[in-house]
Amino acid sequence: MEPERGSPQASLSDLFSILQDPKEMLIMSIQCSKKLDQAFRRLLPFSLALLLGTSGTATAASVNTTGLAVTDTTVTVGDLHSATGTMAISEIGSIQAEMLAIDQINAAGGVLGRKIEVIKEDGASDWPTFAEKARKLLVKDKVAAVFGCWTSASRKAVLPVFEKENGLLYYPTFYEGLEQSKNVIYTGQEATQQIIAGLDWMAKEKGAKTFFLIGSDYIWPRTSNKIARKHIENVLKGKVVGEEYYPLGHTNFRTLINKVKAAKPDVIYSIVVGGSNVSWFKQLKAAGITGDKANLLTISTTEDEVKGIGGENVLGFYSAMKYFQSLDNANNKAFVQAFKTKYGADSVIGDVTQAAYLGPWLWKAAVEKAGSFDVDKVAAASPGIELNTAPEGYVKVHPNHHLWSKLRIGKWKKDGQVDVIYESGLIEPNPFPEGYQ
Amino acid sequence: MTSLLEYYRRIPASWRGLLILALVLLVVFPLLMGSFRLNLVGKYLCFAYVALGLVLAWGYGGILSLGQGVFFGLGGYCMAMYLKLEASDPVSTAIQSTPGIPDFMDWNQLTELPWFWEPFHNLPFTLLAILVLPTLFAYVLSLAMFRRRVGGVYFAIITQAVALILSTLIIGQQGYTGGVNGITDLKTLEGWDIRTDAAKTVLYFVCCGLLIVCIVASQFILKSKLGLLLVAMRDKEERVRFSGYSVADLKVFVFCVAALFSAIGGALFTLQVGFMSPSFVGIVPSVEMVIFAAVGGRLSLVGAIYGCLMVNFGKTYFSEAFPELWLFLMGGLFIGIVMFFPNGMAGLFQSGGRESLKQLWRGLIHMRHHDRPSPRVDEASLDSSLEPRS
Repeated sequence: MEPERGSPQASLSDLFSILQDPKEMLIMSIQCSKKLDQAFRRLLPFSLALLLGTSGTATAASVNTTGLAVTDTTVTVGDLHSATGTMAISEIGSIQAEMLAIDQINAAGGVLGRKIEVIKEDGASDWPTFAEKARKLLVKDKVAAVFGCWTSASRKAVLPVFEKENGLLYYPTFYEGLEQSKNVIYTGQEATQQIIAGLDWMAKEKGAKTFFLIGSDYIWPRTSNKIARKHIENVLKGKVVGEEYYPLGHTNFRTLINKVKAAKPDVIYSIVVGGSNVSWFKQLKAAGITGDKANLLTISTTEDEVKGIGGENVLGFYSAMKYFQSLDNANNKAFVQAFKTKYGADSVIGDVTQAAYLGPWLWKAAVEKAGSFDVDKVAAASPGIELNTAPEGYVKVHPNHHLWSKLRIGKWKKDGQVDVIYESGLIEPNPFPEGYQ
Repeated sequence: MTSLLEYYRRIPASWRGLLILALVLLVVFPLLMGSFRLNLVGKYLCFAYVALGLVLAWGYGGILSLGQGVFFGLGGYCMAMYLKLEASDPVSTAIQSTPGIPDFMDWNQLTELPWFWEPFHNLPFTLLAILVLPTLFAYVLSLAMFRRRVGGVYFAIITQAVALILSTLIIGQQGYTGGVNGITDLKTLEGWDIRTDAAKTVLYFVCCGLLIVCIVASQFILKSKLGLLLVAMRDKEERVRFSGYSVADLKVFVFCVAALFSAIGGALFTLQVGFMSPSFVGIVPSVEMVIFAAVGGRLSLVGAIYGCLMVNFGKTYFSEAFPELWLFLMGGLFIGIVMFFPNGMAGLFQSGGRESLKQLWRGLIHMRHHDRPSPRVDEASLDSSLEPRS
């Protein structure tokens, strides 16, 4: 009988024959020791880090009086987004924009004569990981500022950490409002900035009276639709003919589409997020609801999503946000070109990516105004900071730490870009809107 | 020194591992680590409770549950509800339309506290609920299944489904549960600020203390006749049944103990991290918890704790050192452990490393042969091909 290769019998007999042959044994033991050596080499930094984990990074911080990681030539900041997990697809654009801004600032001489160094941490789409990494950045690395977070859930998870450890967070996403913190600068729009002007435009331009509100089921769409409903009913004197929510990741919208068809609203108001967008718009098109027949206004679909949905599926629909890649101004042209040079010609830039790009620039301006990296001083100096170089045009920090910004309405084209057909004046941020709660 | 060694020898062998673990947790870690790292270890230890429960249920009882996150989550949510109510007193929530209720309820247009939140104003009730609610749920769930003799892979699938259902329920009912965001911004326990470094250190020791109590309890169970029956049931279920024991009751018991441990871990997690969210209830975290037990060794009570610490340390360290690569490194670690040490880290130590090293040796020989086929094997096959076939 021939012993099968791979069976214990075979390997034992192999072993035996190796033991009999000194040359074989030598070769084998050399190979083994090489492998073990490699394994140890790989494990060594890990075990060292375990032992020395406590005493690692404190040395760099001790130069500065504020206790932050600032030396005579460098200043350290943190970057905290999801590089892995379900949110990575959305957050990578923000990471890229922040890195681009930091590179540009460094190329222009840094902040207060110091080069910015970045410690990147991965939140891994997991909220407690965000909290853990935020604490690590503030307590261990003593970073001067953190650019990061994307979802409301991750921001809610890190907020107590930033308030407790007195850190400074630049948060880029448009969000539901109902929050204001000394330790956070919100560079995206809060809900009223994004909603009210858009609805006004729909009522004025399209004579819309009836609205159907649709959202993914979590805090941002619900709060936004609450504000939309109050505005439609109390200010526009219109009517909400339906309000529906579907879980995140939901892909079957046929029942909803039948309800929409039955209600015949003047405007479909959509706040569907993430992967659901693709099925939602494809099924709308399949059901014959297209841009030339119906008015659909969304505040959640940016160029990033349309890249996945396909331009032909959103053709003629409207998005309301503060930034579109196709904005026609000199700042934006330079920004788009720099972004594409760095990250490839086929990359697209959505609203949040641009807002993330503002973070480092706003921080630089506030630090230079304060003349210090101290978090309290930078936070105090932030209100009133203006940025004339913003790709979206002009922004200004409000005392409530949100940005004054404009609202644009874009009409989607087949190539996944928009025609900007409306631009509001500067809108004051109001995270706790009276009469809308 | 010699007298210390003498004392050590007098301790029964089965308790030595626990003693070393207690020394590591209560003396070595606090001396070596700053408050930040210590708090991280405290967080990891909360998952160790789940791993400990899995050693009992899976390692000894043979019941693989892929839904331990459910009980971890229930315990955690009970704690979070109490802390959230304490944080939302009418004064600090004055800007809401309805002051005095948690902020997320106000955002979801709720105007009064739901009835099932009311009892969580009371701390003794909350502590009781943390222990009783998840255990009761485990009891009902497991009784229904084990009485019908649902077991093995079907049980694992059903527990996984329960995990999915509960996390979907929590996300869907955000007015009552906080939805995807979870219950956040927890500040004080009976007026004691849980966010300070001092509080976190105290909570760390509470966590270690309770964990050691749980290990002792598990040790006690395993040493009793019950433990013997568990192993017997795992290996030959029918024989135990024919001997007149109720297999279903045994399984229900050990599953409930595992659920109870998980719930304690969940409650301590909420206290130490300061929030609770559905991301600890679903399938992914539940499976992760099984991995902790597998890496540590599913037959070793203390091994599971080390496994849990090791995996979490690895997660933290790799993700800090290699933000882009860390998931691959973690994957490699799991595959390596399962391939070379089927009984986990504990298997490596219990056999004094002999068995596992033998296995590693065999593995290396195979690897070598796959790299470069040895001519000797060819000769052998040649010989055998010359032999007359019958």
